Amino acid sequence: MSFTEQPSYAARAVDYLFVGFLFVAALGSLYWASQAVDAVLGFHAIVFAIAFYLALFVVGKQLVTGKGYRRPQSDELVYNDEIVKAGTIASTFWAIVGLLVGLIIALQLAFPVLNFDVAWLSFGRLRPVHTSGVIFAFGGNVLLATSFYVVQRTSKARLAGHYAPWFVFWGFQLFLVVAASGYVLGVTQSKEYAEPEWYADLWLTVVWVVYLLVFLGTLWKRKEPHIYVANWFFLSFIVTVAMLHIVNNLTMPVSLMGGKSYILFAGVQDALTQWWYAHNAVGFFLTAGFLGIMYYFVPKRAERPVYSYRLSIVHFWSLIFIYIWAGPHHLHYTALPDWAQTLGMTFSVMLWMPSWGGMINGLMTLSGAWDKLRTDPVIRMMVVSVAFYGMSTFEGPVMSIKAVNSLSHYTDWTVGHTHSGALGWVGYISFGALYCLVPWLWKRKTLYSLQLVNAHFWISTIGIVLYITSMWVSGMMQGLMWRAYDSLGFLEYSFVETVEAMHPFYIIRALGGALYLVGTIIMAYNLWQTAQGNVRQKEAATLLGNTAPAAA
Amino acid sequence: MTYIDVASFAQSWGLIYFMLIFLAVCVYALWPSNKDKFDHAANLPFDDEDA
Amino acid sequence: MLEKHAVFEKNSILLTIGILVVVAIGGIIEIAPTFYLESTIERVEGVRPHTPLELAGRNVYIREGCYVCHSQMVRSLRDEVERYGHYSLAAESMYDHPFQWGSKRTGPDLARVGGKYSDEWHRQHMIDPRSLVPESIMPGYPFLATTPVRKFDIKAHLSANRSVGVPYTDAMVDNALADLESQVDEWSDGYDDFVARYPDARVRDFDGNPDMISELDALIAYLQVLGTMVDFSEYNPEENLR
Repeated sequence: MSFTEQPSYAARAVDYLFVGFLFVAALGSLYWASQAVDAVLGFHAIVFAIAFYLALFVVGKQLVTGKGYRRPQSDELVYNDEIVKAGTIASTFWAIVGLLVGLIIALQLAFPVLNFDVAWLSFGRLRPVHTSGVIFAFGGNVLLATSFYVVQRTSKARLAGHYAPWFVFWGFQLFLVVAASGYVLGVTQSKEYAEPEWYADLWLTVVWVVYLLVFLGTLWKRKEPHIYVANWFFLSFIVTVAMLHIVNNLTMPVSLMGGKSYILFAGVQDALTQWWYAHNAVGFFLTAGFLGIMYYFVPKRAERPVYSYRLSIVHFWSLIFIYIWAGPHHLHYTALPDWAQTLGMTFSVMLWMPSWGGMINGLMTLSGAWDKLRTDPVIRMMVVSVAFYGMSTFEGPVMSIKAVNSLSHYTDWTVGHTHSGALGWVGYISFGALYCLVPWLWKRKTLYSLQLVNAHFWISTIGIVLYITSMWVSGMMQGLMWRAYDSLGFLEYSFVETVEAMHPFYIIRALGGALYLVGTIIMAYNLWQTAQGNVRQKEAATLLGNTAPAAA
Repeated sequence: MTYIDVASFAQSWGLIYFMLIFLAVCVYALWPSNKDKFDHAANLPFDDEDA
Repeated sequence: MLEKHAVFEKNSILLTIGILVVVAIGGIIEIAPTFYLESTIERVEGVRPHTPLELAGRNVYIREGCYVCHSQMVRSLRDEVERYGHYSLAAESMYDHPFQWGSKRTGPDLARVGGKYSDEWHRQHMIDPRSLVPESIMPGYPFLATTPVRKFDIKAHLSANRSVGVPYTDAMVDNALADLESQVDEWSDGYDDFVARYPDARVRDFDGNPDMISELDALIAYLQVLGTMVDFSEYNPEENLR
């Protein structure tokens, strides 16, 4: 491959505009910091300023000296794999951070002394660090990395833009740092999974628009007439998350120099908007995006095309159409009008069908190659992931039925349900993709160790089982205790008796989370060794002798 | 605007609209002449050898 | 149709627009009517905007993430009504930007906690929850008692609320700071004006420390008003069948 150091004038003009933007943004951030009325906003303005100055330094130096300022010849296909590498590293890093904070807050519920009576260590502030950490930081980086990888390979085109993909990557990390540090310092909108305040939301909107443009721009350059179905899922994830993010975060800042804002909607309308957002964050961030991963990485790893491409088309349109309606099932028996509750329940039950259509499509891709489940722990991880997807997309519709929901809502059953989807489906399909990507990107013949993948798989599977079962039991138990009556017709249990009863299950849950974290650390070690080009001595003969699992 | 108006509209035209969209997607996915195109598309992940 | 669809998938812009249309329909049809259907929010007496001190307390509630473990929504189920009180009405949170209905009850529902416990109980409970409820797993918040409440820009907070639809009057906005200070001191000069603006608001030194208006003052003032604005002895749900 050869690079040119003389990009076109148009490309140069865009780069100089970008430098101009960074310059203005850096100065603006400093001014903003000087005028801030909140200490936290001042701190965040300085974080923004530092980020912009760093970017200015790196990009400006390339433009001025010409060193490193180069791009592939226009007639040559060189994939941008550096950005995907960065995404895999960030994913692994944030996975450990997000899971560790999850373990801490799980222990706080079992042993409240661990809150230490300190504001920034308390459960209420750390919980959004965990949820945003695993969903947006870990999941988001996995989606960035895989979508950038898949759209290039299936379009046979280099990623659009020179600095733009890096702007998306680092801009997203900047958002994550601002969001997470804001949570511990008490900056929150109190909308679950949309806690960051207005200025972080605005920044994410800018980053997201560039993400969409990079993705679309790559599709525009494609050599293939057809857009591969995984890209449909990625595109729907990007577009829908943009819509949800903007509508749910419409807000009125108290002052442009302060962090606090008041959400545009109130009460029942705000509740409905929030759960429309949050449910579809699950539907489009944690489902559609990761289905994009499934539709590329499962066929690729199994070395056979997806079971039914036709089914994938029906799956796509019916899934995105039905998913968007299901939000009100979070508000059964509340002050939300009954018609909205019923509508939400109906669509939630219907959602079972497209979900299982997708699951069957993923699983049946293995048909004729089921032996790989025995020989390749990576494919086993992805298949179990799809099985968990099937399980939690069955459980979800059941829990959305009003009669069931009256028992399950407000309890740990919901927590167990989300974690079967999050740890089983999202976690495993991501780990599977990372185990595929690292050898491909760093051009290694094989992973460092398949036995370590095996260990990761079993340790974290035991962790998931402990987690889900303990939450099922504690959730149903608490729901039943709340509605238990004694022989005289009085409520049998006080609230705090139900809290006391959950203690053992909180310990089991924390143990399950700890095992899952251990598995992830094993993966990080394995991936690090793989990137270094090492092969575990004990396994060298089998791994290098049989290169089948290490494709591409 | 009353609840009754909204509900009757949704329960008639809404249902028809949903069915039409679903049928359109199914017809497109199952149309025989699209088969070759989809077979080609399904193999896209295996046709990406690095340049 | 078929030819159009072929263009559709080859053209990423059309695919993007197709996705946007498909996903927008559900949201629009579900959310928009709640703004227009009159039956969404009941007509009830008594629901008023929060006083400046209650609003400051609500902001502490949000900042500490209380909504993560406490709901503010009594569902219309027998056991919940017996445990917590009358089921929650949409009208009771009509001025809540954002809503605080919550999604999880690691602790009990707080929609009707106002007036259930004394100020002294709340003080002790915030500083050391397990000194009152040994089995509690709530974090302690001793620092609230020693942190002065943020009040210098309280007027701007009322203004921002008014701009999103909370019916604060000009007098309420202009006197926000004085009202905040008057609510903890029934002997203050501003007492009469404050009570005139917020007729049933509770006025007293909530945290028992006359030297400072603390975040604990604000938080207890907020907790003590929760669920108390509507007089349910006069509420008739039949009137709202419309």
